[in-house]
Amino acid sequence: MAIVGRFEIESRQYLDLHGRALEPVPAAAREPQLLVGLYRQMVLARSFDQKMLALQRTGQLGTFASGVGKEALDIGVGSAMQRDDVLLPTYRETTLQLARGVSMLELLLYWGGDERGSDFAVPRGDFPVCITIAAHCCHAVGVAYAIKLRQQARVAVCVLGDGGTSKGEFHEALNGAGTWRLPLVFVVANNQWAISVPRKVQSAAATLAQKGIAAGIPSIQVDGNDLIAVREVALEAMARARSGGGPTLVEALTYRLSDHTTADDATRYRNADEVAEAWQREPIGRLRNYLLELGAWNKAEEEALLKSCNEQVQAAAQAYLDHPAPSPAQMFDHLHAALPAAWSAQREAAMARKTADAAGHAG
Amino acid sequence: MPQVTLVEAVNMALTRAMSEDAGVVVLGEDVGVDGGVFRATLGLLERFGPQRVIDTPLAEQLITGMAIGMAVEGLKPVAEIQFSGFAYICIDQVLNHAGRMRHRTQGRLSCPMVLRTPCGAGIHPPEHHSESPDAMFAHVPGIRVVYPSSPRRAYGLLLAAIRDPDPVVFLEPTRLYRLFKEEVDDDAKALTLDTCFTLREGSDITLVAWGAMVHDTLQAAQRLEQEGVFAEVIDVATLRPLDMDTILASVAKTGRCVIVTEAARSGSFAAEIAANLAEHGLLSLFAPIARVAAYDVVVPLSRLENVYLPDTERILAAVRKCLAFG
Ligand SMILES: Cc1ncc(C[n+]2csc(CCOP(=O)(O)OP(=O)(O)O)c2C)c(N)n1
Ligand SMILES: [Mg+2]
Repeated sequence: MAIVGRFEIESRQYLDLHGRALEPVPAAAREPQLLVGLYRQMVLARSFDQKMLALQRTGQLGTFASGVGKEALDIGVGSAMQRDDVLLPTYRETTLQLARGVSMLELLLYWGGDERGSDFAVPRGDFPVCITIAAHCCHAVGVAYAIKLRQQARVAVCVLGDGGTSKGEFHEALNGAGTWRLPLVFVVANNQWAISVPRKVQSAAATLAQKGIAAGIPSIQVDGNDLIAVREVALEAMARARSGGGPTLVEALTYRLSDHTTADDATRYRNADEVAEAWQREPIGRLRNYLLELGAWNKAEEEALLKSCNEQVQAAAQAYLDHPAPSPAQMFDHLHAALPAAWSAQREAAMARKTADAAGHAG
Repeated sequence: MPQVTLVEAVNMALTRAMSEDAGVVVLGEDVGVDGGVFRATLGLLERFGPQRVIDTPLAEQLITGMAIGMAVEGLKPVAEIQFSGFAYICIDQVLNHAGRMRHRTQGRLSCPMVLRTPCGAGIHPPEHHSESPDAMFAHVPGIRVVYPSSPRRAYGLLLAAIRDPDPVVFLEPTRLYRLFKEEVDDDAKALTLDTCFTLREGSDITLVAWGAMVHDTLQAAQRLEQEGVFAEVIDVATLRPLDMDTILASVAKTGRCVIVTEAARSGSFAAEIAANLAEHGLLSLFAPIARVAAYDVVVPLSRLENVYLPDTERILAAVRKCLAFG
């Protein structure tokens, strides 16, 4: 008998639950001001998440998926990306989209049911939210192939959930990315739940990271609630991709502290103790403790930050509520580069219907 | 001008498109060294290299999905799905993503890709190799569906599809791949999409078909001419968006219409054309619209293929019934 395959999965963590360094933090995280900047982004993202929830609960926003609890993951990955890299997000990466430069107004428009929200001013090349689980993993392979073909030093970053790792498209994409050694980083945001299905029902694999091993892809696990660790692992993966070293699969461990979406009630399928325990591991307090301990942050700064975040999300919400409604023309005008003649009558009918609606409201 | 088969015309168009635009890439199963199982991509690897002529792993969702990613990123991918039965799984990517990228981002991103697949029955293959998913694709918003029926139209329409700024599903009639040759000038000239082609003018009846059935329909028209009946034959060519103007104008002239499809009858694309005729052309009609289609059954294996498929005789029978009406 011969052993013809063997693998190990490294798991990375720098900060413990209380924000104490378990080992010396990497060089890229030794600049306190950089960490403070990322901390500010995390806090702002959480304020924005809460604002979105409030808007939804008062009937002013559609169903949306909260990202509470994964701020370190999103900001860590976002901070490792460069401007002209390409992000392919799911619906739970609002914070990462913010980090990429998408505005709160654009995100609110999208979740408020208006496609104009995905026509963001920056970054022009990022993909819109993908709702069909893992379909975008295959798009990411195409993006990365195009980047490689043109010999550009850019990277595609595809984020998906633990549930997404069960899909064929994820495996097809991993396999393709491995064969062509593409500049592509897959980030599995393992928040332990896929709606009501827990991680252990999703797969018998000990880690989700090891799914990359079969595709010949360097794969690593990281504490997704440790900003320093996520950023470090993402930087390594990005550097590998950018220098022609091919793809990486990163499994980032986190926890979905919210319901699946605003249309879900997680108390139906998971117990409160588990959630309370998960709150002990949430990322923002952990980084705050670390910064306080370093002397890079203080209470007054924290208060000022919360106040400023509140003002920013308030202003964004107001801008969103004041935004003019979309025209029915929106359904037709970007269906194709130019609307085929076959549908011009339908466009006119839709426009006429708008007039009738408006008249109805006026009356 | 060379005499070429339909599959050679596809190859000519691919070669032309790849030489005029470095962004055009070809991907699929066995498209490289093997030149594709039907040889549609023959010689491309030698000429354009493995980076642009891409043998993919055996994964149809990957092929379709990565074509979408490439297109959004600015390439012009032409993806081949080896046989139509394996294109069903691609409908998800085409419907949920290719056809929506431009709309979803309000024009910020677009998806200029072509998904080619051989289509239809009549070559005695194993199961799943004789499917007609034309109506399924034709139901998808945001895409074009093109189905040539001759070498010349295959060349011109494929060039048009590749140059089009939006996604095109390009269905190729397997049965016609090598059935006959035609002179095709490799002149880089695209044909117009979104328009039917009137292949034969006539005043007595309009025969509408697409794909391989155009061939049988033309034969039926020839037979009718010997009997003194002049049939107008329209090749739909682009199923989505459908050029009803050409069909309506013809029916306004002839007053009678037979629609021929090799797909199973119920919910076939013939129904869409018939419904449009009923809505917009009812007063021109002297007789009920007739559909000649395959039966509402699973495409049989080769022994019964010829019974399943419509043929010239069935088309003629429908025409005679239509002419005899009223
Ligand atoms: C292909 C597909 N199947 C089902 C759904 C419905 N659905 C939406 S989210 C979800 C769970 C996804 O879980 P996971 O991948 O872990 O991501 P998370 O929501 O936890 O971020 C399901 C089943 C979908 N959107 N797409
Ligand atoms: Mg999950």
